[in-house]
Amino acid sequence: MLDQDNTALVQVRDLKMHFPIHSGLLRRRTGAVKAVDGVTFDVMRGETLGLVGESGCGKSTCGRAILRLYDITGGEVTIDGTAIGQMGQGALRPLRPTMQMVFQDPQASLNPRMTVEAIIREPLDEHTRMTGAEKADKVAELMDAVGLNRRFAKRYPHAFSGGQRQRIGIARALALNPKFIVCDEPIAALDVSIQAQVVNLLEDLQEKYGLTYLFISHDLSMVRHIATRIAVMYLGRIVELAPRDALFGDPLHPYTRALLSAVPEPDPTRARARDRIVLQGDVPSPANPPKGCNFCTRCPAVMDVCKQVEPTYQQVQPGRFVACHLYETTGTADPTAGHPPHIS
Amino acid sequence: MPDGAMPLAGAASVLDVRNLKTVFRIRGGEVHAVNDVSFSLKAGELLGVVGESGSGKSVTMMSLLGLLPMPPAEVRGGTVRFEGQDLLQIGAEDLRRVRGGRIGFVFQDPMTSLNPVFTVGMQIMEPLRTHMGLSKTAARARAQELLELVGIPGAKQRLDDYPHQFSGGMRQRVMIAIALACDPQVLIADEPTTALDVTIQAQIIELMLELRQRLGMAVIWITHDLGVIAGIADRVMVMYGGQVVEHAPVKELFANPQHPYTRALLTTIPRISGARAHRLTVIQGQPPIMGAAPTACPFRDRCDVAIPRCAVENPPRFDLGGGHDAACFVAKGAV
Repeated sequence: MLDQDNTALVQVRDLKMHFPIHSGLLRRRTGAVKAVDGVTFDVMRGETLGLVGESGCGKSTCGRAILRLYDITGGEVTIDGTAIGQMGQGALRPLRPTMQMVFQDPQASLNPRMTVEAIIREPLDEHTRMTGAEKADKVAELMDAVGLNRRFAKRYPHAFSGGQRQRIGIARALALNPKFIVCDEPIAALDVSIQAQVVNLLEDLQEKYGLTYLFISHDLSMVRHIATRIAVMYLGRIVELAPRDALFGDPLHPYTRALLSAVPEPDPTRARARDRIVLQGDVPSPANPPKGCNFCTRCPAVMDVCKQVEPTYQQVQPGRFVACHLYETTGTADPTAGHPPHIS
Repeated sequence: MPDGAMPLAGAASVLDVRNLKTVFRIRGGEVHAVNDVSFSLKAGELLGVVGESGSGKSVTMMSLLGLLPMPPAEVRGGTVRFEGQDLLQIGAEDLRRVRGGRIGFVFQDPMTSLNPVFTVGMQIMEPLRTHMGLSKTAARARAQELLELVGIPGAKQRLDDYPHQFSGGMRQRVMIAIALACDPQVLIADEPTTALDVTIQAQIIELMLELRQRLGMAVIWITHDLGVIAGIADRVMVMYGGQVVEHAPVKELFANPQHPYTRALLTTIPRISGARAHRLTVIQGQPPIMGAAPTACPFRDRCDVAIPRCAVENPPRFDLGGGHDAACFVAKGAV
């Protein structure tokens, strides 16, 4: 977080990830779930970009598509100067060490039949030519780094608690000295008192190894704590992207405002005095998004134009991007023009 | 809106639980999930129950309704007074009449608690027909009324839909409609919004508060989210290691937490507004697994103010005045 410089490590341009819907007797393609539908942003070196949104908004799909766990439908992803958007999986393989992922559910993402040592060593087996002794040293070093007792190296995942299992997942992601880690809801499955332990660990590791995070979460309070900049997604698109303090202090997009006001505050006086914006209705289906602005069906500030024309995602203030007709100006409509400024 | 519903201090309690103990027998031992839990619920109030997974909050509520599979569960002691009878002593048939009738409940996951092969209408009509003996037509009319009450648009048509045709938030509304079917005096809601997104959670909270005001029922709301509790509860009970460690009126609890666990919980969660901590405060270690009845404070290993006495004696709930109590020697000053 501290040695962050002003260049982008990851550039995402108009990323699209559509999943086909097949139906009928002949399983013909009859439509598509537009899980991610034209997303553009940068992740700066050493920063934590928070990606928030409700379930089904496409935030996890976005994270996975950036790491090319899918064959993307359109757009481009550049990681550390290499365009990987259209690359084949074979060509991607040597690049995998630089980009890693920490998954939400450590119970499901760790093989129950492998020991902790084997789990953490597996990426080393696959991607390096280290000797057995070197690997053993590295595994021990990683276990120390994430705060796991070395004596438990021969145990299986079931013998660990949720927080410790998440540490195993983090150690494994760190094994190949990555530059970029996508953390997909890494604390969502953990108890409140354990969440802080894992978040502090992620922050320590970022400082120690100069890591860049894309932190995907639905927990806005936690994102406010960990992220330097935050992107808010709704129905496959980014509606707002801003530095942390700007986003929480002065949210621009009506959806961001509603989302922030819906977060329960652990303070009885404040929680009851607050003007809460309660959104009506549910999120529309990404297979059949509304015409015009995606949010027009629930927006408290909806205008006629919103139901017809899709708003442009554009920079409205230095470093602040919004896709909303309320802020539509004649100014630059190109969100890629100019990098977001340096945040300290 | 949540304010003003604070019941009078002298209001009669509708549910009174004393010294409840529940044990699970597992291979090679026992788990003491609920240890000597006592609380009472006054008419019309909202009691928040906070705790992490394994703290015993759900098992407590399930024990008093006889919803736990026995074995492996075993209720070892205690009394549960409700409408002049002890729910732990009455037979299964009598208990069934209370459950879903005078005491309604809403569970966390509306997908797994609704039956996927029956229409929503049939599931709302079931308690109406079994508990209240309504005819099919009357039950259907009432079911429609209930769906309207919980804010489901097009209630009449939607009675014939199946659960999978509803979104998560709408399913939870259906669950609430079922729970309210027989005009319960007490509603037990176990993490009713945990599986929902924040904007949907806000809708459900608003609905529950409005219904509670309108129907005048008492609510027990179980959650791990202190933020939710702060916004809705009149009183709060904090559970840890199968026991109540602190209990106070909501404003008092958040302004003046006395148990080290409550204090730690409140500092470990990041806030959406106000000053941002540079680093989160951590509660070291893991929650305990109660292999035996507690003989010491269950929080002592993670506590930063523990004294030698905490390791040899389990602190009782000391009355701190003003309806506030905490199970801590240090809070009591009994060092």
